[in-house]
Amino acid sequence: MEKRPDLIAVDAGSTDPGPFYLGAGKSFTSRSAVKRDLEILLKGAVANAIPCIIGTAGGCGARENVNWTKEIIDELAKKNGLSFRMALIYADIPKDVVREALRTGKLTPLHPAPDITEEEIGESVRIVAQMGAEPVLKALEMNCQVIVCGRCYDPVPFSAPAIKKGFDPGLAVHMGKILECAAIAATPGSGRDCVMATLYKNHFELEALNPQRRFTRLSTAAHTLYEKTDPYFLPGPGGTLDLAKTTFTSLEEGRVRVSGTRFLPSDPYTVKLEGVKRAGFRTISIAGIRDPILIRQIDSVLAEIRRQTEKDSGATGNLLFHVYGKNGVMGAMEPEKDRLSHELGLVIEAVAPDPEQAASICACARSTLLHFGYPGRISTAGNLALLYSPSDIPCGEVYTFNIYHLMTVDDPVACFPITVYEVNR
Amino acid sequence: MRNVPVTDIAAVIRSKNSGPYELTFDILFKDEKVYRQIKNIDFFTPERMAALYGVTKDEIIKIVYFDPAFAVKITMVRPVVSGAPGDTDVYGAQQHAPLLSLQIPLAEISSAPYPASRS
Repeated sequence: MEKRPDLIAVDAGSTDPGPFYLGAGKSFTSRSAVKRDLEILLKGAVANAIPCIIGTAGGCGARENVNWTKEIIDELAKKNGLSFRMALIYADIPKDVVREALRTGKLTPLHPAPDITEEEIGESVRIVAQMGAEPVLKALEMNCQVIVCGRCYDPVPFSAPAIKKGFDPGLAVHMGKILECAAIAATPGSGRDCVMATLYKNHFELEALNPQRRFTRLSTAAHTLYEKTDPYFLPGPGGTLDLAKTTFTSLEEGRVRVSGTRFLPSDPYTVKLEGVKRAGFRTISIAGIRDPILIRQIDSVLAEIRRQTEKDSGATGNLLFHVYGKNGVMGAMEPEKDRLSHELGLVIEAVAPDPEQAASICACARSTLLHFGYPGRISTAGNLALLYSPSDIPCGEVYTFNIYHLMTVDDPVACFPITVYEVNR
Repeated sequence: MRNVPVTDIAAVIRSKNSGPYELTFDILFKDEKVYRQIKNIDFFTPERMAALYGVTKDEIIKIVYFDPAFAVKITMVRPVVSGAPGDTDVYGAQQHAPLLSLQIPLAEISSAPYPASRS
């Protein structure tokens, strides 16, 4: 805080941890860790009378996640005697709005996501849209000091206040793109440390706040590639970031200067939708296999176990075998087709419409395999080193992404309702 | 010309999701001259990548050379959507291994070993 920032911002979310969290409305970070971090941020913001903006609160930015974050903030405000005006910006999109967008041609799948039907939209458990800067600008205009955003384009918490002050949106968004990953763009990179950015009229500069890290031309340029499809054109709500003319210059003291990035507004304005649906319930069993006679014929043995389980389990669902030491990581894409480890790790997975059927399929496959008499078997006591008792682990609900679409909107603020609170006043 | 293991000339070889429907691979080279040669011979083609991963050419979405980072980026369709039943790598972070076996034909650039680190 000695550097007197004008803003504290954080991107709290990602789709990387997969569809479960949006499906269940749960955070992928622990409550105690979030509370610890938020306490530092809120105290710093209030002491310095600057905004604190949280993007994609609670990991996936659904209503439940925003409210979960609000609850933590309320507790911290009370504990520390902090008072401020807070905005909650929700990003949930009602199914009717999405269906209407589909009917009126305002919904486009983001390749390679498939086309969608109204029935498929109906199956979604939750749908969120990535907000652009506009809803955050509105909350800032309402003098909110703490802004908790639902699903949010990652750079927005950093770029919105800069855009409000009249800075170039290309530079503001590119700065946000780097800051949202904390110090990952520094060298050595880390998602743990904070970064200070200073925005000027025609460029911005970055400096790591941990003396062990520094920004270089190459570390910053390389970060542009991270988790993107095309590093020259980065699409977002309301426009695309164009890096074709961007220059990165190393400065003294581990700082870097970035200039030349342009923001190309899109017409019409689009937002990205993310939706998930239930895929069933899962039960797994984990076991090791060390017998070389069994390992040699693992494919044919598992095929037979699958056949017998389908016949005998009396349940409907999918049975999956993940064979670590063979192709557990890459599946069908594994190029090493013939090499097997001296021991295999096996995860038996059943996904079925209800927990009972998932348990039945998993148990049937596990017990059949445990005692299966494969050709040449000389170890007759059991084929699996089961890792746990109980051997079968119910994993609860399974979700899958089913909406990953661009939706045209007339008003970039209207889909994102804002609720304003006076905290501790 | 000689075949050089990619692990000798790359500083970073990684895979990651680019959204839940795509897998993206980055190879960052240590040396600008080496990077220019690889870009000039267009070593990373959709055909080569498809063969390496046992997928069809159509599943390779984009291959981009990114000069500011001496890097090439290859993006393909995820075989299974992230976290859906049957997916084996939710973050897509361990799909890079086949790239490590690539041998790239290069003209001799200098007798000195390639720099071990980049900055």
